[in-house]
Amino acid sequence: MTHQTEKRGAVSFRGIRKSFGAFTAIPDLNLEIAPGELVTLLGPSGCGKTTTLRMLAGLETPSAGQILIGGKDVTHLPPNRRDVAMVFQSYALFPHMSVLDNVAYGLESGGLKRGEARELADRGLALVGLEAMGHRLPAELSGGQQQRVAVARALVLEPQVLLLDEPLSNLDARLRRRVRTEIRELQQRLGFTAVYVTHDQDEALAVSDRVVVMREGIIEQSGTPRTLYEEPSSEFIADFIGEANVVPCTVDAVAAGRAQVTLGRLSLDLPARTAQIGPAKLSVRARAIRLVPVDAGEETGRVRSMSYLGDHLEYEIDSDIGALFAISTDHAEPLTPGQPVQLSFEQGGAVLIGG
Amino acid sequence: MNSANRSIDIALLLGFAGLLLVPWYHIRSGFFGFDWIGDMLSDPRLWPGLGQIADGRLQLLPVLLLLGFALWLRRSAPGPARGRLLLVLGAAGLGWMIAEGFAIGLRGWSLPLEPLLGAIEGQPAFGAGAVLALLSFSGLFAFGLAERGALRGDGFVLGAIVLLVLLVSAFVAYPILAMFAGAFQDFRGNFTTDGIAANILDPAIWSLGCLSGGGCGVAWRTLFLALCTATGSTLLGLVFALAATRTAMPFKKGLRLLTVLPIITPPFVIGLALTMVMGRAGFVTELLESLTGQELGRWIYGLPGIWIAQVLSFTPISFLVLIGVVEGVSPSMEEASQTLRANRWRTFRRVSLPLMAPGLANAFLIGFIESMADFGNPLILGGNGGVLSTEIFFAVVGAQHDPSRAAVLAIILLCFTLSAFLAQRFWLAGRNFATVSGKGDGGRHAELPLVLGGLVVGIAVLWSLFTLFIYGMILFGGFAKVWGLDHTLTLEHYARAFSVSLEHGFTGVAWNSFWTTMGIALAAAPLTAAVGLLTAWLIVRQRFPGKSVFEFSLMMSFAIPGTVIGISYVMAYNLPPLQMTGSALILIFCFVFRNMPVGVRGGVAAMSQIDSSLDEASLTLGANSARTLRRVILPLLKPAILAALVYSFVRAITSISAVIFLVSAKYNMATAYIVGLVENGEYGIAIAYSSALILVMITVIGGFQLLIGERRLRRRAEDGRKVHNIEAREISA
Ligand SMILES: Nc1ncnc2c1ncn2[C@@H]1O[C@H](COP(=O)(O)OP(=O)(O)OP(=O)(O)O)[C@@H](O)[C@H]1O
Ligand SMILES: [Mg+2]
Repeated sequence: MTHQTEKRGAVSFRGIRKSFGAFTAIPDLNLEIAPGELVTLLGPSGCGKTTTLRMLAGLETPSAGQILIGGKDVTHLPPNRRDVAMVFQSYALFPHMSVLDNVAYGLESGGLKRGEARELADRGLALVGLEAMGHRLPAELSGGQQQRVAVARALVLEPQVLLLDEPLSNLDARLRRRVRTEIRELQQRLGFTAVYVTHDQDEALAVSDRVVVMREGIIEQSGTPRTLYEEPSSEFIADFIGEANVVPCTVDAVAAGRAQVTLGRLSLDLPARTAQIGPAKLSVRARAIRLVPVDAGEETGRVRSMSYLGDHLEYEIDSDIGALFAISTDHAEPLTPGQPVQLSFEQGGAVLIGG
Repeated sequence: MNSANRSIDIALLLGFAGLLLVPWYHIRSGFFGFDWIGDMLSDPRLWPGLGQIADGRLQLLPVLLLLGFALWLRRSAPGPARGRLLLVLGAAGLGWMIAEGFAIGLRGWSLPLEPLLGAIEGQPAFGAGAVLALLSFSGLFAFGLAERGALRGDGFVLGAIVLLVLLVSAFVAYPILAMFAGAFQDFRGNFTTDGIAANILDPAIWSLGCLSGGGCGVAWRTLFLALCTATGSTLLGLVFALAATRTAMPFKKGLRLLTVLPIITPPFVIGLALTMVMGRAGFVTELLESLTGQELGRWIYGLPGIWIAQVLSFTPISFLVLIGVVEGVSPSMEEASQTLRANRWRTFRRVSLPLMAPGLANAFLIGFIESMADFGNPLILGGNGGVLSTEIFFAVVGAQHDPSRAAVLAIILLCFTLSAFLAQRFWLAGRNFATVSGKGDGGRHAELPLVLGGLVVGIAVLWSLFTLFIYGMILFGGFAKVWGLDHTLTLEHYARAFSVSLEHGFTGVAWNSFWTTMGIALAAAPLTAAVGLLTAWLIVRQRFPGKSVFEFSLMMSFAIPGTVIGISYVMAYNLPPLQMTGSALILIFCFVFRNMPVGVRGGVAAMSQIDSSLDEASLTLGANSARTLRRVILPLLKPAILAALVYSFVRAITSISAVIFLVSAKYNMATAYIVGLVENGEYGIAIAYSSALILVMITVIGGFQLLIGERRLRRRAEDGRKVHNIEAREISA
């Protein structure tokens, strides 16, 4: 029994493969999620995030492998016999039932009497601040309110794991920021495990304990937001998470955890990570590139184009280490195309990419 | 787990009710009369299964043993092991009952087993008890599968699939097989190849004499007619669809009304009206004769007349199909073409038309099958040379009485329609340009090239007028004293058909068949809707092995002409193990399985509009699939359910081709009765009765439209910006 409660909320994917006909969406997935953790699945469109989530919910059956929830093998259980609840991208509120009935639906399905179910549902609605709206139809709520009903409907079941598939994509940018904080607070307060799918990296970095970046059905890297941002294991991650420029460089020497790196005419002293002497790849974040205007002849690069984006400026630079993309918040003196510049990197703005 | 045992309990309850409570065998006077209750103890023929075993019918002993074994199994723990036993047990029960039912007929062995096993007493067909036992075994089979973990243990879905497969096998596949077998039997039921040998190569069927000036065989005539009708109705349907969507023609609303006509018109009524207008005594004929001075006589009888009647009858259906297709061509495609320097004509020819091609093929197929299946018009207008469907009819009911010939003709007819169906599927594969993108693309449809537009409007107007004229004649005909001779107005026909008197009740000649029709249509409608929507739900929302085969064979049953269904039902249900001829039940089953494909398609269309995340949400909220269906899907499908109900109700009233084989003196249907009137030359009453039927159905459909219309308005008002816009969809025929 204690063993059970200990594991409550833990999720494991073991050797999961999922094929649709001849097409294999997910070749071999292994992932452990600890109880109470909020894990985000992040990745480009079509990389298998939704598929992974749906397999956990029981809406798809894996072609091979095992899924465990709370230490129990649920691979072949139907959705209604797994202790999970899901918030759908479209919310999937039943349009013909009132908000209260929607929230009470799962409780009633679980065998509660109508009265009790409604009482609990009321409490669930209070949790998301909608106690006054129980009698309305879903279509009579705003998008954000509908979203909260969907969350309440899932949460009242007190599932071991809450699944959220792009729960914010139907909201506008401002609301999205607010609701994602709400969800995160709720999750930390109630302590449930959550698996969150998104393809917005800001969202992922903001809410997660851990981010799992997927690519073509494979986990490319998994770690805390900070790790992913500061120690990308591949060009793909660097590009996907940090809007980074990836440029070839040469590692000249490695000593005491530091590496001497040559990059065109620049030489840098960086944390070595897994680097070895020889050619390597360097990730340079767009915001970490400093551009100083210089006279012709002294330049290490030249401005190709500039776009004005309100709070920042974006530059494309031709340089001797290749084309670079830079972001500058210096509005005072925008550089014009053709301007020769001297390049430098901010502290920590360039990282060696390592596996 | 308790729920696992609950479903098994229900199955067992059914089985033991069959063994202990209700008569096992078929009762001649009908089960639902319930007059068997009184005599049950005294009459051994009415005994339930257990009594029959005690009476020496040892072939039922395995049923008892298997059900007893299942009862014993119920006590053991649920799980894959028990599941496997239940599965085997259910299959064994089903298999044994089917084998036993076919092996032992009314007068002993019906298979040549006597030398092997000795003589045996005969047995009647399956009755209520046997049916309950069959249901019980299929339930045990399905729940056994569920316990083994098939479809992740979803007993409800498995049960539904098993039940549907059983029903479709019993009421679609088995009759067709029985018909094939019928081709190899003489009319006593003995095996012989004489019939088939004599018929399959009969020059009356296959002769190509018309190429050299003589007469062609009936198969070729039918094929030729069907091709002409399909071409005619498709072209006209396209003209109407274009006129309604791409021109500035007035009265477009009125055009849409045309689409309701074929649904409410018994198919032969058009033929009837044609004979009245253009028959020997018709005034168009007389007018033409006086103008040209030539003797036209019976010119309308024969293929040209049938062709006109069929094109009149089926054009609205093709319009209904094509208007969706024409509207479905995305305007942005046409606009793109225009911005690419194509003029209207080139846009139409190179973009619009090819995009419509699959729809046109669909309309053509429907016209082809409808023409092949049409029975009423050829019967009335056929004159001396019939088509396959009428030949089939006369082969069974006429002086010939040659069931083998009827079976051969029906097989030929079936081959034609099925090949057309398969050819179309084959051609369509990979050619389905879904142009309705779901993205709300704005833009307007390109207007037609001027000349084409004028032509289209002209034809549409002319043909509409012709249709109106014909329908006017139908209404008028009911009031004319003697058509063609004495056109004084009279209510005499209506009086004879529908008179009511205080002391004698409904005295009119039509009442009997009218009430039978209403009753049977009312009974069939909910069953059709239920079977159709359940099937649609399985097809749209569930994944199971063999689903594509399941779906394909259902769609194929759409291509089985009514005449073929009729003749196959007669051949299948005349003898045990299933005996239903002459009962109301056979009519009900016929309607259910004849109209089911339409119910399925309506349900599929409606269900595809409901976002599947709603079901998934319900499942992740802990509801099982039965609860999801009941609480989420059905409430959202209300309009589709109503549509299916009304559609099957109306079709049950208007259809004739299958019905004509299945009616009996006790259960006569309106259409069959009217055809009888026509054959006796009583046109007045026939027309009056038909008009009354049309009126009844207009009322039904009108009431239905009101109901749905109101519902939709209320939805709109309730939930302003709905995401899931569920509309009452017209079901295309
Ligand atoms: N039912 C299906 N049949 C065939 N292929 C499918 C099916 N469902 C998903 N796929 C394929 O599996 C891959 C992963 O799909 P999935 O929906 O998981 O992507 P995703 O990561 O959620 O993408 P997005 O961010 O665009 O939602 C895709 O290539 C998709 O085309
Ligand atoms: Mg997705």
